[in-house]
Amino acid sequence: MKINIKFDYNFICKTVLQEQLNALKLDYTLNNLGEIEFNKTPTAEETAQIKTAFEHYGIEILANPQNVLVQRIKDLITAFINDSETSSKYNVSNYLSDKLNYSYAHLSAVFSEVTHSSIENFIILKKIDLAKTLIIHKDFTLTEIAHKLNYSSVAHLSSQFKKTTGLTPSAFQRIIKKRD
Amino acid sequence: MPLNIMNVALADDDMDDRLLFEEAISEIDVKTNLSLFNDGKALMEYLTLPETVLPEIVFLDLNMPIKNGMQCLKEIRENEKLKELCVAIYSTSSSEEDIENTFVNGANVYISKPNSYSALKKVIDKTIKINWQYHTSALNRDNFLLRL
Repeated sequence: MKINIKFDYNFICKTVLQEQLNALKLDYTLNNLGEIEFNKTPTAEETAQIKTAFEHYGIEILANPQNVLVQRIKDLITAFINDSETSSKYNVSNYLSDKLNYSYAHLSAVFSEVTHSSIENFIILKKIDLAKTLIIHKDFTLTEIAHKLNYSSVAHLSSQFKKTTGLTPSAFQRIIKKRD
Repeated sequence: MPLNIMNVALADDDMDDRLLFEEAISEIDVKTNLSLFNDGKALMEYLTLPETVLPEIVFLDLNMPIKNGMQCLKEIRENEKLKELCVAIYSTSSSEEDIENTFVNGANVYISKPNSYSALKKVIDKTIKINWQYHTSALNRDNFLLRL
């Protein structure tokens, strides 16, 4: 038997963070995903406990501010792509610089320095990743996916898919099907 | 989040190919720590040692004596400890059917061995960088297929 499920990543992450921090009886505020503010600085022992509790869920405490910024950029891009209404209205560079209060040139430079690849490449990778998920979900046609991800045409989506993965959408779909 | 050094393993029975790979990967801008193996059996023995720090990506030649790349790939996907490894098949050339077959058996990347050194450097660079994104971003690794 197979069942289909849908989940909200933000909700899951938030719940995990709250459960873990409450269990340690710490006074904190979740500013947004990726930033926790403590009303009292945790002791070294508490910090170690937080680290252990988070590690279990693959959550890592970031130290370097550049890495923090890159993570924020990635999170915003993910949210932007998943929200086809916003992504059809704004262009991504304005969206990022508005949300993060840095010029796009600065964001772009930091991103390339840390990840060795450009924001533009990351956006394409992320869009194609979402396209893959939608292709596997058999209710969506390529036309619908192209529309959802704001591609001007199916041809544009197909060619970017091929360029990014080396495979056509149909070859990809065939392989994933055969894997089951 | 940052992978300061990426651990990479390569199994290839051809010494020249190993040397070329080693030189090419040392020239890309992501720092890597490369472990080399002459055949699939040596690679699998290394991966299954309890003290081994698992690599972020394994490059497998398909045609090797003793244990070939396809056997390694299948063993990796069946092993509880290894099944999440990212596997790149690195082979001279095979039929479309063979290529698709490696993906169906769980390969993430298929690289046709390039003829020139500069092309080799380019494909390694691309593979390592995309693999890095899969390790550091919320990308679905079950869907990670790349043909170069």
